[in-house]
Amino acid sequence: METVQETIRPPVHEKVQEPVITIRHLYKSFGANKVLADFSLELKKGENVAVLGKSGSGKSVLIKCIIGLLKPDSGEINVLGQPVANLDHDELDRIRVKVGFLFQSNALYDSMTVRENLEFPMRRHWIKMTPGESSDRVMETLKNVGLAHTVDMMPVELSGGMRKRIALARTLILNPDIMLYDEPTTGLDPITGKEISKLMMEVGEKYNTSSLIISHDMNCIRATADRIVMLIDGKCYADGSYEELKRNNDPKVKQFFE
Amino acid sequence: MALPKTWQSFLDETGDMSRFTGRFFAQGFKPRYEFSEFIHQCFIIGFKSLPLIGLTGFIMGLVLTMQLRPSLIDYGVESQLPAMVGIAIVREIGPVVTALIFAGKIGSSIGAELGSMKVTEQIDAMEVSGTNPFKYLVVTRVLAATVMLPVLVILSDAISLYGSYLGVNIRATTSFQLFFKQVFDALSFSDVWPAVIKTFFFGFAVGMVGCYKGYNSRKGTEGVGRSANSAVVVSSLLVFIIDLVVVQVTDLLGIN
Ligand SMILES: Nc1ncnc2c1ncn2[C@@H]1O[C@H](COP(=O)(O)OP(=O)(O)OP(=O)(O)O)[C@@H](O)[C@H]1O
Ligand SMILES: [Mg+2]
Repeated sequence: METVQETIRPPVHEKVQEPVITIRHLYKSFGANKVLADFSLELKKGENVAVLGKSGSGKSVLIKCIIGLLKPDSGEINVLGQPVANLDHDELDRIRVKVGFLFQSNALYDSMTVRENLEFPMRRHWIKMTPGESSDRVMETLKNVGLAHTVDMMPVELSGGMRKRIALARTLILNPDIMLYDEPTTGLDPITGKEISKLMMEVGEKYNTSSLIISHDMNCIRATADRIVMLIDGKCYADGSYEELKRNNDPKVKQFFE
Repeated sequence: MALPKTWQSFLDETGDMSRFTGRFFAQGFKPRYEFSEFIHQCFIIGFKSLPLIGLTGFIMGLVLTMQLRPSLIDYGVESQLPAMVGIAIVREIGPVVTALIFAGKIGSSIGAELGSMKVTEQIDAMEVSGTNPFKYLVVTRVLAATVMLPVLVILSDAISLYGSYLGVNIRATTSFQLFFKQVFDALSFSDVWPAVIKTFFFGFAVGMVGCYKGYNSRKGTEGVGRSANSAVVVSSLLVFIIDLVVVQVTDLLGIN
């Protein structure tokens, strides 16, 4: 049985890069429900890592700890060299500008148009721009996700796949260094799922991001990730490339590849 | 010492709500100020409830006048009708009825709106977009409710009195000037200002409860419905409790 826990492998493309996210010995529980127990992970610059796990295994909890929406019980989370759990509000904001977070539920603001949704993070992070510039930026980002025509629509008027793209555009508009995707293809049909995966790849190249992709959709993971981390029983149970894990004979790992 | 479960959850809830209110005072007056959102909310909160409050105010004034007349005739003081109605409306009925309608309309809509933003993770999305959602959503709405309810009460009082004027004219005739002269002669400053002061507290309570319920909504659509519902129940109850307290306090202070 080959489970790799604390030894973190070098990335698939053997470049020695500094890590952008480092997680060590992370614990998080809700009451008696131990969700994360001794989870460790490293994401290097330019790398795309997928976190694979069953529903309810704590994937969303993990990603929310990284962005500082949830406080871990113990353990260390470093994002771009900053210890997220110990930062005050302003310091956290400075990190969050550089980290894009695509919510599992999209979390588009229902009461705002697509344009206002995209402008919201820009305005909020004090990015100084004239109205013309910010409008250009909105249009350019929308074009990148192929939805320039929806700029004046309300989120309720869009389909699920379109909403996912708009949510992606909203996180990209700040040119993040790191992208965190929480189940980007769940709830979409396979074709739309493929399109979103493709878009994520394009985005990664175009904006030169490192990304952490949380999913249980193998097709999406195969298309987008260089390395897979398996989150089982609250810890990093195994990691490696798709092919490596597929050859793994551990029953808990195997069930994901059937 | 074990308290019964219902008491325990009541006390928990009261504690949570007090902490939430404490957070409002701790964060609400520090920069950065969400001024444009505050103005926007004032417009929404004030404007949305205006037709309903105007209509109910009008009916209240009219009906109250028609109901009071027979008794006043019995006592032979029919001429005091405008004074009676004026005092009743300005001191008690206007503020309380308007606040209750406000609780039903605005309390539930704030509860449902924040509740659905909570369960669809929009509040978390704001947080990661560099916005303090507590300031952007809660502080603005609470302040807007606090400022707008007194305005609505004054408008509602005026419309009620107009309704009452029409009510008087159903069975008798009085001129507009005479009616309002009688009303204002009967009212003194100490009738008006405690009534206005308490409306600020009513507005604050409605805004605060609506936000608290929405902000702490449980997952799922059922949670949103329950937030909206209990926002109305709790804030209506608080309106009466605050009314009771304010009457006692002004009585003790000798302003009545
Ligand atoms: N705010 C919270 N309060 C209490 N428990 C929570 C909270 N958030 C998550 N949990 C619990 O943590 C566990 C993991 O939840 P999480 O949302 O991370 O699952 P997930 O791996 O993202 O699943 P899915 O694939 O369905 O999204 C669940 O048992 C859930 O009940
Ligand atoms: Mg999840």
